[in-house]
Amino acid sequence: MNNVLLFALLALGLLSVAAAIILYFVAQKFKVIEDPRIDSVDEVLPKANCGGCGFAGCRNFAEATIRSADLNKSIEGLNCPVGGNNVMKEVAAILGLTADEKDPLIAVIRCNGGKKHSPSKVQYDGATSCAFAHNLFAGEGGCPNGCLGLGDCEVSCNFDALFMNHETGLPEVNDKCVACGACVKACPRFIIEMRPKGKKDRRIFVSCINTEKGGPAKKNCSVACIGCSKCFQVCPYEAITMANNLAYIDPVKCKLCRKCVEVCPTDAIHELNFPPRKPKTETEVTTTNSTSESLA
Amino acid sequence: MNTLKTFRIGGVHPAENKFSENAAIETLALPKQVIVPLGQNLGVASKVQVKKGDEVKVGQLIATGEAFISANLHSPVSGKILKIDEAVDASGYRRPAVFIEVVDDIWDESIDRTPQIIHEIKLSKQEIIQRIKSCGLVGLGGATFPTHVKLMVPEGKKAEFLIINGVECEPYLTSDHRMMLEKPEEIIIGIKILMKALEVDKAIIGIENNKQDAISKLSEICKKHNGVSVQPLKVKYPQGGEKQLIKATVNREVPSGKLPIEVGCVVQNVGTAFAVYEAVQKNKPLFERIVTVTGKNILKPSNFLVRIGTSVTDLLEKAGWQPETAGKVINGGPMMGKSLSSIEAPIVKGTSGILVLNSNESYREKINPCIRCGKCITVCPMGLEPYLLARVSETGMFDIAEGSHILDCIECGSCQFTCPSARPLLDHIRLGKGKVAHIIRTRKN
Repeated sequence: MNNVLLFALLALGLLSVAAAIILYFVAQKFKVIEDPRIDSVDEVLPKANCGGCGFAGCRNFAEATIRSADLNKSIEGLNCPVGGNNVMKEVAAILGLTADEKDPLIAVIRCNGGKKHSPSKVQYDGATSCAFAHNLFAGEGGCPNGCLGLGDCEVSCNFDALFMNHETGLPEVNDKCVACGACVKACPRFIIEMRPKGKKDRRIFVSCINTEKGGPAKKNCSVACIGCSKCFQVCPYEAITMANNLAYIDPVKCKLCRKCVEVCPTDAIHELNFPPRKPKTETEVTTTNSTSESLA
Repeated sequence: MNTLKTFRIGGVHPAENKFSENAAIETLALPKQVIVPLGQNLGVASKVQVKKGDEVKVGQLIATGEAFISANLHSPVSGKILKIDEAVDASGYRRPAVFIEVVDDIWDESIDRTPQIIHEIKLSKQEIIQRIKSCGLVGLGGATFPTHVKLMVPEGKKAEFLIINGVECEPYLTSDHRMMLEKPEEIIIGIKILMKALEVDKAIIGIENNKQDAISKLSEICKKHNGVSVQPLKVKYPQGGEKQLIKATVNREVPSGKLPIEVGCVVQNVGTAFAVYEAVQKNKPLFERIVTVTGKNILKPSNFLVRIGTSVTDLLEKAGWQPETAGKVINGGPMMGKSLSSIEAPIVKGTSGILVLNSNESYREKINPCIRCGKCITVCPMGLEPYLLARVSETGMFDIAEGSHILDCIECGSCQFTCPSARPLLDHIRLGKGKVAHIIRTRKN
């Protein structure tokens, strides 16, 4: 009886010693030498693994920064939108480089149609996904470019920053947005755009992407951009471009003078987080301001 | 008793509801204005050849198909071109179209309008294909694939069978059925023309067994014609699918990702055969078609002969619909049709029926989780695994979707029809198909 136990222990003991020796040599032979900087860069990253930087995850991004630092002696073009400038500064410090200051971005919903301004003409009772609905038809309101209101962007957001407002039927972005870009990819109609947050969070943008001519666009939606070019003419900084019956405000050139907002006949241009205008302007403008604030 | 032929795997049998099968074909009065969309065929849209203010006659060429897979377009009415603008189509998107104001009914002189049937086929093979191309024929079963392209057999391949699709497996629809009853002689001559163009000596007309009158009528005429035979088939959806019909009639299986010509078959619809007769023997382009207007909501379910470009509203009003109780207006049959987002949309070459469902018939059931019952696999006529394809499309695992042959899906909807959890299987698969096709295209470039 004792012998059996002894043999078993001996056999197992010898086996484990043999395995340990083999493993030791294998480990020596196939040793992977990893740059210790990857670990330290990975440490300071937010670990959201959102993919907003364009890489598969934070670790992947860390590897890319090291590669870029070794090859080009800079980390230009690499940016962690979630961490922002602070994190990029830390990363640069680890690598002994300097990071460019970047304006933080935020998701902007470029459609203000929804249930209020683009009332439903037909009823959709198919599966609840914008991707399906986009393939099937133009949308309940009839606008072929407008928000379908089925919330693919809400599902894609991992940061609790984007929610559907079921009263307006439009998504709303709050200040938790880290500009990872997941919603931009999720939207089948490319309504969501990443724009710089702007000074004091102030932004001006055209809240419409409809490229139809004025008549048909206005027929479906009361706040559509009709391509009248009034804003284009009034802009003193050449920040506005017209293409396909649609105005676009370049956020870099825009100096936030708000002249375009006043002339827009359909209230398609939105201003966010501005103080109320002087009393001479009509109260109407301030009301649009407050509604659009929640839309930001 | 002989068991009837059918395809091997899968298939469902929805309630037939063929309300309009006894309604003779009625010619609809000319509308005041027609809207002719330019992209009516599968492939590249036709290129417009007229301008605003032009006078056109019935059957005059208004747009040409210039790409390989493209078809000509002819004016369905006589009158004046109002404008060339964008019009809302069945899906609500705006697409380019020609607006024509109807004045009188003057036909192009080259069209033979005499009622007598011309039996003798004078044209040669090449001339037939040329004529079919110039008359702008497309597959009238619904896929609108240009007919002349199907007739050009690629080099190295040989067609052995011409299979004529008179199955009409979609519930409700009866346009092909009425066509077979009222124009049998013409259809058979059309088939003879197609046989000459393809250089085949065997043609099989597949008809489902619920159309006994059409089977007996066509069998009677077939006796006089060598090589043409009628094959009664078991009633099963989706027998009208090209690959299913080939399996059912000649027991051959089209390999994955290949065309029917690979197994020596060419499939055409009975409606197309009739259009071929009219094009080749009467020189009449494709500008009108038979449309079934049906549903429990319709007072008088009918089959109309309508000009392309007529608004759906005209048909619905003629058939007596009740807008108060109508829930959904569907373009096509209940299985594969899509719900219209505007009833102002025009009838196009591919419209085989307009189905109105009552509001209590048209609803989606609550989506429940998949219970792994495997019913979708049992009914899939292509032998795919719909639950898996839907799942991998949903989660974005497109490599697995491609490996599981997602591109072989014919979008018949049998899986979704049978699913006890009412899962949107086909919706997901369709999305996945689009994504996978896109990935393959980019890989090639």
